[in-house]
Amino acid sequence: MTIQQGVGGAPPPSTVAAAATAAPAVRTRTEERASSSNRLLSRILYIGVLVLATLIFVFPFLWLVSASLKTRADVFSNEFIILPLQFHNYSDVLAIAPMARWFVNSALVGVLAAVTVTISSAIVAFGFAYFRFPFRNVLFGLVLASMMLPGAVLMIPNFLIWNALGQVNSPLFTPLWAGNLFASAFYVFLLRQFFLGLPRELFEAARVDGASYPRMFWSVAVPLTRAALIVVFIFELKASWTDLVKPLIFMRDITLYTLPLGLKSLVDRFNPTTGGEGEFQLVMAASVIVTLPMILVFFLGQRYFLEGIATTGSKG
Amino acid sequence: MATTGATAAPKRRWRVSEQTRWGYIFLLPWIIGFVVFTAGPMLASFYLSFTKYNVIRAPQFIGLRNYELMLDDRRIPLSLLNTAFYALLHVPGVIIFSLLLAMLLLRVGRSSGAFRTAFYLPNVTPAVAVGTLFLLLLAGNGLINQVLGVFGIDGPNWLTDPTWVKPGIVLMSWWTLGATVVIYFAALRNVPVELYEAAQIDGANAWAQFKSITLPYISGAIFFTVIVNTIASLQIFAEVYTMFFGGKSGAGQEAALFYTIYLFQKAFADLDFGYASAMGWLLFVIILVITLIQVRLSNRFVFYAGDSR
Repeated sequence: MTIQQGVGGAPPPSTVAAAATAAPAVRTRTEERASSSNRLLSRILYIGVLVLATLIFVFPFLWLVSASLKTRADVFSNEFIILPLQFHNYSDVLAIAPMARWFVNSALVGVLAAVTVTISSAIVAFGFAYFRFPFRNVLFGLVLASMMLPGAVLMIPNFLIWNALGQVNSPLFTPLWAGNLFASAFYVFLLRQFFLGLPRELFEAARVDGASYPRMFWSVAVPLTRAALIVVFIFELKASWTDLVKPLIFMRDITLYTLPLGLKSLVDRFNPTTGGEGEFQLVMAASVIVTLPMILVFFLGQRYFLEGIATTGSKG
Repeated sequence: MATTGATAAPKRRWRVSEQTRWGYIFLLPWIIGFVVFTAGPMLASFYLSFTKYNVIRAPQFIGLRNYELMLDDRRIPLSLLNTAFYALLHVPGVIIFSLLLAMLLLRVGRSSGAFRTAFYLPNVTPAVAVGTLFLLLLAGNGLINQVLGVFGIDGPNWLTDPTWVKPGIVLMSWWTLGATVVIYFAALRNVPVELYEAAQIDGANAWAQFKSITLPYISGAIFFTVIVNTIASLQIFAEVYTMFFGGKSGAGQEAALFYTIYLFQKAFADLDFGYASAMGWLLFVIILVITLIQVRLSNRFVFYAGDSR
């Protein structure tokens, strides 16, 4: 913009006035011209570094795909692409392992976990945000405190509970999602922030119109926080899809595995460094099958992923 | 709430109780969940830590025996030191690299969106797949050593050499720092631009601006990510379990034995639930102490915009 001003014949009156009152303004203009070419240079440098970083984050995915298309002998080779591409690795791994079944299991558990946690956490969050009752702050303090509880500590008692209820290895996958019926501290915290942001008059108006509290929650509060609810849904879907620990503890039958646990069983069977049978190219093909669905979900809902992460961090 | 005149008191009390009733109805799912899946289990595992319990036979009270056994178990200090080593490299690395990337993103304007997406991709990848992928990348003649070779560095054997197993795991863990970048980027965007302009007029250089404007403004986000990443790093499990455990032989297993992995083995391989519960409580206390120290320190360093301090 400085250049445009410099080229014009007579400077606009305001510039003259500014120059008259503040002498250094003239010097600044030449300085700025130099710094604008500096700025371009540093911008190129920044973008260069970012492209390099992008390579570090993205290239391993491409490497994974390329390894999944190599032969058994070549899978650890350092050539990026080795022809002919071995597409049959995919049909081979589908033939030796019930991957389609694992996929259905993962999808079922993921959707159940996400739906239940979204609804239950929204109800509880609204309870904290809207109502005034004794011990509210104490209870919310407990919510915050339980967010800090290490999952590793709860792992054993949770196993014992589901074991006592006879749900270990249940074909309904109860231990993998039913806990979500009871809300999750982190999502309660997140959604409460959003409910608090809604103007209270909206609810008072609904009350005047004779809406009950549950109705007010369902037809006033929920539609207005749709975006936040999608964030919760997508986060939990991802958490469930990527989780190894719960399936590892609770599921025993190979037909009841989820994709991560199934992939782990393939690693154990084929990983040559821990005494497996080799055939690591099949493990690579399975990894692609496990990874790809969530990457697709991410691209469809990336706005929600990135905004969700950003708000949690800045509100934390 | 308490500003009731004597005449209005009965009516108001009735309204308060309706609010209370409905408030607790809405809270019910969480209250049940807290009792059944959090508080109950904590108490249960506290009791179990004083017992011998293998699920099949009823727990048998043995007092402090499990804790005594832990003092003699060399795998306890081994796994604790392994975990500490990992956490001490993982957390600072994540914070520093994420901050650098977020600051770069802030300077490239509109194209930052595409970069953010790329950085976040590893975060939506299942941990098992990350572990599997790094079995390939960290192999003796794998991609990482190949890249090191370009710089004339003869890369170590990341998967079998006990000295290099943990550094390899740390490298892998840095690959998933995208979420922290996104948090920092959001925080950096909230820093008022006028402050930098004023600082430039005062002749403050880039480092001075970073130290006295950027850092204070995003100290809240840094505090949050330090705590969250520390707690998570003390419980690292899935990637490492995928890479080094569960198979037939055990290359690198001593070096990769993290605390949560040992806890898992004690419970689900040895069926020693009493001992594993005691280990869980030790981890809980360690995490609690570290978090409290961090909160205490943050009171000194975290700056809240709009705070009158």
